[in-house]
Formats: sequence, C-alpha cells, structure tokens
Amino acid sequence: MTGQPLLAVHDLSVHFATAEGTVHAVKGVDFTVEAGRTLGIVGESGSGKSVTSLAVMGLHRGATVTGSAKLHGRELIGAPEEEIRRLRGRTMAMVFQDALTALHPYFTIGDQIAEAYREHHGGSRKRARARAVDVLGDVGIPEPARRADEYPHQFSGGMRQRAMIALALSCEPDLIIADEPTTALDVTVQAQVLELLMKLQQDRGLGIVMITHDLGVIARVADEVLVMYGGSAAEQAPADTLFAAPRHPYTRGLLDSLPRLDAADGAALRSIPGTPPSLLTPPAGCAFHPRCPVYAAAGDPRCTGDRPALRQVADGHRSACVLDEVTTA
Amino acid sequence: MIGFLARRLAAMAVTLLVICALTFAVFYLLPTDPAAQFCGKDCSADRIELVRQQLGLNDPLIVQFGRYVAGIFAGQTLGTGPYAVRCDFPCFGYSFQSAQPVWTLMMDRLPTSASLALGAAVLWLVLGLGVGVLSALRRGSWLDRTLMVGTIGIAALPVYFTAMILLYLVVTVGGLLPYPRYIAFTEDPGSWIANLILPWTTLALMYAAMYARMTRNSVIETMAEPYVRTARAKGLPERRVVGKHGLRPALTPVATMLGMDLGGLLAGALITESLFSLPGVGKLFADSLNKADQPVIMGITLLASFFIVSSNLVVDLVYAWIDPRARLA
Repeated sequence: MTGQPLLAVHDLSVHFATAEGTVHAVKGVDFTVEAGRTLGIVGESGSGKSVTSLAVMGLHRGATVTGSAKLHGRELIGAPEEEIRRLRGRTMAMVFQDALTALHPYFTIGDQIAEAYREHHGGSRKRARARAVDVLGDVGIPEPARRADEYPHQFSGGMRQRAMIALALSCEPDLIIADEPTTALDVTVQAQVLELLMKLQQDRGLGIVMITHDLGVIARVADEVLVMYGGSAAEQAPADTLFAAPRHPYTRGLLDSLPRLDAADGAALRSIPGTPPSLLTPPAGCAFHPRCPVYAAAGDPRCTGDRPALRQVADGHRSACVLDEVTTA
Repeated sequence: MIGFLARRLAAMAVTLLVICALTFAVFYLLPTDPAAQFCGKDCSADRIELVRQQLGLNDPLIVQFGRYVAGIFAGQTLGTGPYAVRCDFPCFGYSFQSAQPVWTLMMDRLPTSASLALGAAVLWLVLGLGVGVLSALRRGSWLDRTLMVGTIGIAALPVYFTAMILLYLVVTVGGLLPYPRYIAFTEDPGSWIANLILPWTTLALMYAAMYARMTRNSVIETMAEPYVRTARAKGLPERRVVGKHGLRPALTPVATMLGMDLGGLLAGALITESLFSLPGVGKLFADSLNKADQPVIMGITLLASFFIVSSNLVVDLVYAWIDPRARLA
C-alpha cells in the first residue's frame, strides 16, 4: 500500500434533482488524505463540504455522484452498496456534528457502540460490550463501564461528542471524517475534543478529514486545507501557507473576518458582503465574483467566463482565482 | 417509577370523579323527570312523588351525587321500607327500562364490544402499519401514490356506507357469510370469527386508513433523523437500519394513538354495533339514549371514561418503557 494515499478523491461531483431543477452541490473536487494527516475542508453552509464527505461515505441519499474516490486504492463511487457498507464504520468512519441528534435516543451509548463492533467483527455480546467500554475509556470518559449503560440524553455535550468519537473509533478505522465535530460545543470543550482527535491520530495513524466553517479549528488541527465555495474548490494549500499567504480573495475575506485581539480598539469586525450563491442558479464564471472585492475594483471578463479551475500558484499551493497576478501584486 | 405511577393513578381518580360530576350535573339539568321515567306510563302524580322520595330525588344534588359515588364503591340500598332494594358493589343503579342493574347490563354486553374492538384493532394495525411503512419506504413511487389516494378514499367513506356495501356484496350477492349475529367465542370460536368478519372489516377500514397515513408520515420523518444516518454510517445493513433504528421511534406515536382509540372502542362502537345489530355496549348506549334511560347512560359514560383514562396510563407506561427520555417525567 506504500505510495498510495489513504483516500484519493478526483473530480468528484454531486448533484440532486429537485422540483425546481438540478442542484449542483459539488463540482469536480480533488483532494487526497494521507494516513496520519489531517485535511481541513472549510467553507460556508452550502459550499458543498458536507455533501462531499457524505458522497465519499456513500450516504448521499437521492443524489447522483460522479468522479472517483479511492480508499486504499479501492474505488468507492459506483461500487455495490453492500461493498461500501462493509467499509462504512470499519475502514472509514464518521463523526457527526450534533451528537444529541446523531446518537439514537432509545439505546444506551454502550449498546450503540457494541452494535457497530458486532456488525463488523462478530463475536459475543460480552466481547462487544467490553470493546465499547474500552473505547469509551480511550476517549477520556470517566467510569466508562457505568456510563456505557447510560443514554445519550444523560451525557453532557462534550461527553456526548466524545462518545460519538468512541463510536467512530470502535472498529479501528483508517479514516475518520469529522463533520463539524465541535460546532455545538463550548470553546473549552471544543479544544478538549480537538486535542483528543489529534492524540488519537498520533497514536493510531488515523487519516482525518475535518469539515468545518471555523478557521480557528482548521488552524489548530489541519495539515492541508481545502477551501470550498459554491460547490467548487477555491484554494488548496498546506495550512501554514494558507494562513500566511492566502491567494484567493474568498480565503482572504474569511481570514479578515476573524475577530482579532490585536485589532485596534473600536475597529469594526469585517465581513464578506453578500450571501453565498444559489446552487440552483449559480452565477456564471467564478461563483465568488458577485461578492469579490477584487472583481469590484478591477473587473475582468475571465471572472464571468468559464468556471475557473484550480491552478498551481506556488509549490503545493493552488488557487482558482483567475486574477492571481492582481491579488498577489 | 413508583412515584410516577402513584401520581398518575391519583390524577386518573380525579379525572374520573370530575367526569362523573359533570355527567351527573348534565342529567340533573335535563327536562326529563327521572321519577316519571322510572314509574312508567299512566303513573299518578302521587305515585311519582312516592318514587321521587324512594329514589331520594328530593335531596340536594350534592347529597345525591355523594350517594351515587359511594354506591359505586360500597353498594347502596335504594328506597326504604318494603320497597328497599340492596344494590351491591359496584352499584351504578338500575335501568329505568328493564329494571336490571346497570352493571349487569354493561358486563353482559362488554364481551361483544371487546371482541369487536380487539379484532378490528388487530386488522387495522396489520393493514395500517403495513401500508404506511411500505408507502414511506417507497415514498414518491406509483405504489405510494396509489396507496395514499386509496386511504383518502376509504377514510372518506362513512361507516354505514362501508357496512352496507359489505353486507350487500358479501352476504346478499356473494352469500359467502351469514348475516352477522353475535356468537360468543366460548360457544363456537369458528362462528365467532365468521360472524364478526364484516363488523371487524367495517370498523378496521376507517382506522386502517388513518393509521396508514399517520404511520407513513411518522416513518418518513424518522428516516430523515440524524441518528438513522448514523446507523447507516456504522455500516449496518439497511434492514437493521429501518427495522431497529427507524421503525421503533416511528411507531411510538402510533402506539399512543392505538391506546386512545382502543380505550374508546372497548366501551362500544356505537354506529358499527347498531348497523350489525351486535348486542354490545355501544348498542345499549344508543338504545338508552333513545329512551332517556339515565342510569344506563351514566354508567356507560363512566365505563368509557374509565377505559380511556386507563389506556392513557398504559400508553404512558409503554412510552416510558420504549423511550428512556420519557422516564424522567
């Protein structure tokens, strides 16, 4: 398996047929995830980041997926459902945003974890339960044997998210896709959960896809970053590069809109004007141009022509802005 | 749990007492004179006055009410002197029409009503749940649309219409079944079923249509829950995702509705029993209403309230058993 990335996604597109027309939720996205590394996918709601992850997991119900997604070199897109099902939970697992709704209210935490373990590994109920208690301990839940018998509503938000992570870890997957895993949590708990994920990654060599709208989370955990806008990739770079030298006007807008402690007193928070584009009737050309300050200042026919693709702008750094020479000047 | 049960039982007792008082008050306000009713035709004014004294109808309303309630639990002696009649526990008084104890009248007819209600419930649950779940899982298909149009049509048919059509087709034209008459299960189980098929079908069709629509909505709603997606993300087979993670929560509201419907029907399906001349509690109620047979009407009202309130309690207990979140209440 050497030389082969854990997950390689190429030209992945997802569209839904709705009553109002076809929604192109994801348009030709490429990325790879290596074992032991974290890819951060960042974007606003509707940017296609969650749909991308659901498509990889084969959980995009009612959507049409094209392109390629290879896990350990094995094609997932178009593979028989039964084959994908055996990989789900076992080789690739998912951590969802709101553990209160994502965990089943009727079953104990221990039962829910044991169920996944037995599905993939078989064995006795007793063994599956022991495994559930073990992983609950691994994710830092105190008194795991007692808490395994409790229901999700008896857990605090942070503990519930840990339990959700324990569920994902129970079958020792190689890849974890975490969709906004900390969005519903307090900042302090958020930090704990992120640290836990990073520690588990170090211990087990997990590949992680971290989906978030929060650049703070990205800065903390990601090795590589993919910025998505309107269903397409806007910019892709190593995390350090992206934060130090963003190239796409959208990425800059995102970074500028972060509140900063070192900002001058009374300085207003900056935001990107306008709203995310409609996926049903997307603007022609670059999806960001109606909100783009660079386009507003130095409009260019290329911005409204063909949809711009990612181009290499520096080593390992790609941006989809056709006005790169303007923005970096 | 014991505290919960005790609170619910106390609330149940209060509810029944209030219903009892309201029913009692309503009858006091009616223009019919119970003494004249009891006395029968061609009764002299003197005799009516005597009856009134014997029945204690000259006492204040609250005293009469107290006597009635006490009679239910401890029995009471009606009348005085040579006319005195001992009415044992549980005493709901005597019918003005037949001079039979109300309790005996009701208990004689209860098996008929219970047979009708329980048999119909089995039928409508099988039909309603089957159609509802099938429709939900095939949502939007021609099968779903056909079934849903069908259920609207059936739900719109009045019971007497369905009964008439069934009687005409099955009994008159087809000659497949005898004209229904009630035969006790203990007497001849085969005839019991054969004679109840038409009443069961009549009653069940209407309920099945409502249950199918409700089940369909509930299943569709539940299958869109995040915890169902989690079950898929764990790699469980679809059969288990639907059967265990989807249907259990989806059917909880159906169980609630079943409790209420069954509670009401145990004390008689008024129209269906009358249509098929089944000697049930509903038929007794209809006849008593026609003849203003006050004690019988009161007795049946209380019996019906008792069934509804107790089935509510059963539903709550079942609910707490299914959904751990409800155990806190």
